[in-house]
Amino acid sequence: MKQWVLALSLFFSAVSTAAAPPPETLRLWHAYRGAEEDALMSSVRLFTKETGIAVEPLALPYDAFASKLTNGIPHGNGPDVFIFNHERLRNFEHQGLLVSSDGVIDAKAYFPNAVDALQVSGKTYGYPLSLKSLALIINTRLVPVVPSDTRTWVTQMRAISNIAENRYGLAYESGDFYLHAPFLFGFGGELFYPDGRARFDSPGMSGSLAFVKGLQDEHLIPTEASGALVKSLFNDGRVGAVISGPWFVGEIDKAISYRVVRLPFVSETGKPMQPFLGVEAAFVAAHTEHEADAQKLARFLSVGEASVIRAKVGRQVPANVDAYTHPEVRDDPLIASFREAATYATPMPNTLEMAKVWEPMKLALRGVLQGATLPQDAGALADRRYRALNREKPPHANPIPYIIALVLAAVGAVVYVARKSRSTFSFRHRYPDTARALAYVAPATVGLLVLVAVPFTIGIGLAFFHHDAGHYTFVGLANFVDILASRGYRIAEPLSFYFTLAVTILWAFVNVTLHVSIGLGLALLLKDPLLKLRGIFRVLLIVPWAVPNYITAMMWKGMFHRQFGAINGLLVALHLQPISWFTRWSTSFAANVATNTWLGFPFMMVVALGALQSIPQDLYEAAEVDGASKWTQFKRITLPLLRPALLPSVILGTVWTFNMFNIIYLVSGGEPGGSTDILVSEAFRWAFQRNEQYGFAAAYSVLIFFVLYGYSALTKRLTRDSAEVLQ
Amino acid sequence: MKRGSWTHVAALHAFLVVACVFTLYPVLWVIKMALSPTETLSLSANPFPEHVTFEHFTAVLGAHGTKGEWLFGRQLLNSILVSGATTLVGLVLAVSAAYAISRFKFPGKEAGLQSLLITQMFPATLMLVPLYALLEKLHLLDSLSGLVLVYSTSSLPFCVWMLKGYFDTLPRELEEAAIMDGASQWQVFIKVVLPLARPALAVTALFSFMTAWNEFILAATLLNDAARFTLPVALQRYVGEYKTEWGNFAAGALLVSAPVMALFFALQKQLVGGLTTGGVKG
Repeated sequence: MKQWVLALSLFFSAVSTAAAPPPETLRLWHAYRGAEEDALMSSVRLFTKETGIAVEPLALPYDAFASKLTNGIPHGNGPDVFIFNHERLRNFEHQGLLVSSDGVIDAKAYFPNAVDALQVSGKTYGYPLSLKSLALIINTRLVPVVPSDTRTWVTQMRAISNIAENRYGLAYESGDFYLHAPFLFGFGGELFYPDGRARFDSPGMSGSLAFVKGLQDEHLIPTEASGALVKSLFNDGRVGAVISGPWFVGEIDKAISYRVVRLPFVSETGKPMQPFLGVEAAFVAAHTEHEADAQKLARFLSVGEASVIRAKVGRQVPANVDAYTHPEVRDDPLIASFREAATYATPMPNTLEMAKVWEPMKLALRGVLQGATLPQDAGALADRRYRALNREKPPHANPIPYIIALVLAAVGAVVYVARKSRSTFSFRHRYPDTARALAYVAPATVGLLVLVAVPFTIGIGLAFFHHDAGHYTFVGLANFVDILASRGYRIAEPLSFYFTLAVTILWAFVNVTLHVSIGLGLALLLKDPLLKLRGIFRVLLIVPWAVPNYITAMMWKGMFHRQFGAINGLLVALHLQPISWFTRWSTSFAANVATNTWLGFPFMMVVALGALQSIPQDLYEAAEVDGASKWTQFKRITLPLLRPALLPSVILGTVWTFNMFNIIYLVSGGEPGGSTDILVSEAFRWAFQRNEQYGFAAAYSVLIFFVLYGYSALTKRLTRDSAEVLQ
Repeated sequence: MKRGSWTHVAALHAFLVVACVFTLYPVLWVIKMALSPTETLSLSANPFPEHVTFEHFTAVLGAHGTKGEWLFGRQLLNSILVSGATTLVGLVLAVSAAYAISRFKFPGKEAGLQSLLITQMFPATLMLVPLYALLEKLHLLDSLSGLVLVYSTSSLPFCVWMLKGYFDTLPRELEEAAIMDGASQWQVFIKVVLPLARPALAVTALFSFMTAWNEFILAATLLNDAARFTLPVALQRYVGEYKTEWGNFAAGALLVSAPVMALFFALQKQLVGGLTTGGVKG
């Protein structure tokens, strides 16, 4: 076996070293796919050909991108150059992830608003690559005249729409704030006030929400449209126009004739519907060892041939002015019209505040569209969520009392252990096998200490700190106080610790009950002596356990999809109305439970099968002789004997379900409005989606830990009692 | 024993068939998504594809890296290596620790067992930040060996508990007899105890393997090279910011799940015995 291990480890190191890039290679990270990725690759090859500098590009899953940058760059484990939207620029700058491009960048080479978007406190970061903004893409057969204002637009929509034929005047992802923003600005709404804070309760907000809700109520736009639905409606010629960006164009069917035009004016205010302008830029990362070359690469990608390739292959709108002197780019109607639409766009603020706007806006927007909130109340709702998410930094606390308390606790523990283990026998006498045991236990102990105990302790320690862009300040118990005092929320409101705790407990209870009863029920059926094909049934029923749980989550999310999910398909087949599963708490929670039940019952079934095997058959035979009914046998023999075998699995199952992050995060995503989030997913959001508040998230985790510890201590006590009773 | 009536048998089979339909329906649906052309997705309860195409499978299998390397092959190899090594390391550590806990008396045993359980209660996702800093200190960022170490230790608590429970149920007389015959402690462990514990070993191995095979959050954060990605990270790329490529995701999901399913079926007999006889008795 030793040789085998050696061979394996050799192979391992061979794989690891072979894949490491040579030292002169520049590392370029991006999240492009498809044509955009192809365009980038050809530009990169061109760069290597011209300069001789090798580049190692890495395409990342979008979800992991930002956290990889914030983790990797400060530890010298990041890229040299990365491509990102300018929206998070200030956040990155604040954390010291970027090198300025001042002195290298030629600002006149780009559109002025693109360069403006890349400025933070007087410095320019990165090189603008392309502009992203929304425009109106019309089906020219259905909409021969370009609408100039919303009044004529709505009239057009009414003429096209027909709910029975599944035709609409307009389709766009109405639940997404990015797509709602043009309406908000068109109705005169503003997001940021001069003090830099966002405010939502404004006439523009209620006006725009009421307008969109009106469109939906009149069935001029589809309800809860996803990207996939928008695309299929447009390609089927069932919709007059869509609001989308350059990326949509690649998906349009060849048979559809279309035009890209700017969004109309809002008749009520006379203002244009202004979309956000996003600027994609190539940034040079801090801690790069090849800064000059990195600047060269980032600049190269943003100008000249690379920007022409970007337009021609990637179908992106270059930010480089000179690209438009190239005939193929200048005469490209599509690039030209998106370019024109972009001139009317408002650059998306790159402030730290902007990152905190999405969640409250989503809440308000979806609340109104789902009919749970009135348009005039939505602003106040969003305001409240915004304030709650913008936790004030707790005051710095003096660590000395905490250190003293820690030392006292440690001393106390040592004294307690020493006193408890004092005994008349010598150590050697009491523990004769210590030396031998050590040899067996040491490897696992070392591993666990380093890779489990250390992070665990650091995790607990973090709960006493406030994290802000790489800086930690000691705040004592302030994080716990904020959570337990439910600061910022009413107690019975989603996002309050107590509400989430109640949801979590209900979640764990419902799931474990279903797992155990279904698992036990099936195990009893599988044990039936008259069953044929037992092996096949057992194999089939185990299948869900074998499917990785994130895949289970994604597939059930697909099945609950409003427009093409199988569950709604079944409902329609039964002549029922399809349901929007994630717009109400009850259905959303039920969707989570259904997914988790499917995934979890086989484990309990297998445990129960084994436990049933260990019950001696003669007990039943004796009961049979005594004339006991099947039910009495189950109640008097099966259940009591199963209990000790099942209980540990039930405890473990509860702990796992309690922390079942994947299902909640991927299936309901906390919808509606964070009300189906459980404690773990809430903690995850604080750690990774709300400005990296690691300390606050760690405090959540510590509280989760206490709840579970209390639960297991309690059950253990109960089990011990019942075990004693049984004996 | 009384003969069951005909209706009893029919009801029993009917019920189990219905349960299997419920169990398999979502799987069939994924197969349908993987085999249907993207454009034909519509609201339908029919779990069988109406048109069959292999475009999603060829797209997933045929992905090539910038240097022309066959990415899917590399990633499959990575996943196999990582999961295999995790299983091996995890099993060696867990078996020896569990045996010592079950058979020997030594200080800190009870406390150690309890703290193993406790580690299961701290949410794993939030260990990410401290783990990252730690692996950096150990120079194990961006390496498959780092992943193997983390995976094998994170599944260790459960494995130790399970194996310890199983060892507790094995009669000591056998070992004592072997010692009498002049075998060393080590020989007893290898030649007597391990063969007896086969079902539990199989289950533990399966469990470690699955932990490593399915994990993607840590892998996506630590690995910086597409040729070093494990399969779940590659799969994650189909779930994009603006759109999810359902067809490719489904095809990839089937390819990723298939080996685990095969393992499950191969080991399912052991599963019933191994999980339970020892169980996770506290």
